[in-house]
Amino acid sequence: MSGIPHDHYEPKTGAEKWLHKRLPIVALLHSTLTIPTPKNLNWMWIWGIVLAFTLVMQIATGITLVMHYTPQVDLAFSSVEHIMRNVNGGWAIRYIHANGASLFFLAVYMHIFRGLYYGSYKSPREITWIIGMLIYLMMMGTAFMGYVLPWGQMSFWGATVITGLFGAIPLIGEPIQTWLLGGPAVDNATLNRFFSLHYLLPFVIVGLVVIHIWAFHTTGNSNPTGVEVRRTSKKEAAADTLPFWPYFVIKDFFALVVILVVFFAVVGFMPNYLGHPDNYIEANALATPAHIVPEWYFLPFYAILRAFTADVWVVQIASFVTGGIVDAKFFGVLAMFGAIAVMAMAPWLDTSSTRSGKYRPMFKWWFALLAIDFVVLTWVGARPTEGIYPYISLIGAAYWFGYFLVILPLLGIIEKPLPLPETIEADFNAHHPKDASDASAAE
Amino acid sequence: MRPRLSEKGSIDMIKKFTLSALTVLALTFSAGVATAEEDSKIEDIDFSFEGPFGTYDQMQLQRGLQVYTESCAACHGLKFVPIRTLSDPGGPQLPVEQMRAYTAQLSVDDISSNLNLWDPETEELRALTPSDKFPANNSVNAPDLSLMTKARAAFRGPYGTGINQLFKGIGGPEYVVGILTGYTGEEKEEAGVTYYENHVFPGGWIAMPPPLYGDDVEYIDGSSTELEAEAEDIASFLTWTAEPKMMARKKMGFVAVSLLILLSSLLYLTNKRIWAPVKGKKTA
Repeated sequence: MSGIPHDHYEPKTGAEKWLHKRLPIVALLHSTLTIPTPKNLNWMWIWGIVLAFTLVMQIATGITLVMHYTPQVDLAFSSVEHIMRNVNGGWAIRYIHANGASLFFLAVYMHIFRGLYYGSYKSPREITWIIGMLIYLMMMGTAFMGYVLPWGQMSFWGATVITGLFGAIPLIGEPIQTWLLGGPAVDNATLNRFFSLHYLLPFVIVGLVVIHIWAFHTTGNSNPTGVEVRRTSKKEAAADTLPFWPYFVIKDFFALVVILVVFFAVVGFMPNYLGHPDNYIEANALATPAHIVPEWYFLPFYAILRAFTADVWVVQIASFVTGGIVDAKFFGVLAMFGAIAVMAMAPWLDTSSTRSGKYRPMFKWWFALLAIDFVVLTWVGARPTEGIYPYISLIGAAYWFGYFLVILPLLGIIEKPLPLPETIEADFNAHHPKDASDASAAE
Repeated sequence: MRPRLSEKGSIDMIKKFTLSALTVLALTFSAGVATAEEDSKIEDIDFSFEGPFGTYDQMQLQRGLQVYTESCAACHGLKFVPIRTLSDPGGPQLPVEQMRAYTAQLSVDDISSNLNLWDPETEELRALTPSDKFPANNSVNAPDLSLMTKARAAFRGPYGTGINQLFKGIGGPEYVVGILTGYTGEEKEEAGVTYYENHVFPGGWIAMPPPLYGDDVEYIDGSSTELEAEAEDIASFLTWTAEPKMMARKKMGFVAVSLLILLSSLLYLTNKRIWAPVKGKKTA
């Protein structure tokens, strides 16, 4: 790969040369594994490996589940029970798959917030960021459709509520909703297409992940200082970086295994903790559950969706200006997708030339507030829409948009960043001062 | 040693704090919500199967099976539970002969819900075999009990924090006990249906007449047949029907967690060793 200067693979034996001339696959693997990586990466840079592992885990367990699952409204629920009771190890595979979705989202939120704090999205890594946002959208679609497949009460009513969002689009909403569902309501046609897409989308995600990795292997990893690796000579680049193997592979594996300790404790000891009891009741179109609550990883955006009720002034203005076409429901839908859209636009909304939040004295407080905002939205997203909760949702939603649309552009102008370290090498050495007595020994 | 420690430390702390707070709170709150209102009426019971080390009490499951068979089965089905699993490890573990004898005496009360057993030649339902499931029963529209203890959450950890589900479960079995012991004795009639007041049931009035009064069964092991004891037995049995692989699951959890802790220690040492020369530290 182009970019940071380093040693490339040279075929040596006759067989290697023969293969290399026809298919340089060994060179590709070599350059992927030995890619120069900034040596000052901290522990927040481990989530990418966790995500890659989780994706593979979900695909492997998912393919196994499909061998025993039946996507038909009368049989789906009992086929899941068949997996839980009769399939050898079926209960383990299903619980790993169901909780794997939560691990996936936990890791992706960590990964995204790391990018937001350290400015990983900034030039020249905008494409990496945009691809990442597409992966995140695909993940949400996949997770949502996967949750429908067990055909429990929350599956059915969650699907009804979420597809109902498309019905909120003015004029063409209802035909679109009918087209998506394959009928006037959530039924067998819906279950079948969700099953098909739930199987397809993970492979689309795999493709996007390859592009995501390709993109940041071209630009090089970002790092906690935001200072770029020196590319002027191989020697200077080598002083700023270490090869991915073994330094970061082992470090990432260590972190991954620690996370898996917690993951398997959840799977083994409280596998239904993150689920909803209502999903152990078979879907029933005639009985609506008391509270329809999405899975925890959708709650922040669900809160934003519900925040904009008809009595909010921006909604009233939007309704007035558009002659009633944009009502509260449609406004909520726009806000929910808009919340992700403004995050995707971060590379162009952030005007600061300093990449890392570490050197931005004002930014880091606003960022901390954004992280808290995210937690608050997650919490309020599961509360009923009564009492004080709608106000909390509204404030939370307003801050989310304010952060990206107002604070990020303004901070770049008014903030005076702290001085950056000269190089990654200097930053690394400041953290790991070499003892004078054994400096020579280490060389 | 590190001149910028305090400044860097505080930034790192903010960062770590916000991110870990984000995770912990998100997980805790989201799971702790839906049923918080009904918590107070249902008391926590110290079941043998709760917590990471909890196991089913085999004799209690057998007593619960007896209560189910003699009191519940007339109205409630267990349509997801294969009868043969009564002999499986980690369950009531009836001896195979006993399980076969039990199967032979099972009758199907609701023909229209069990047409998979229909034999067109004899024009009757065929006899149940151990590989069949317990019959479904919709004769009086009573809910199937196979998954009841997983489909109800009396509390997500007693007082709303959620995380103690690890030790207390979700309260499904407590809910079952609560319903069975929660009758006040009041009755009312609405549109020809009799409702019984039950302070645990949402809404306060349930269509199910009190199914247990105490001394409804005679246990061969001489256990207590007080109402509370019978209710706990049936709740335990229904926890097994909902989660028949719980013992295997917890065992897997221990093996997985232990091996992964071991692996993480090895990786920690490997990582430390690999990075030591880079960080200018001596290796041992």
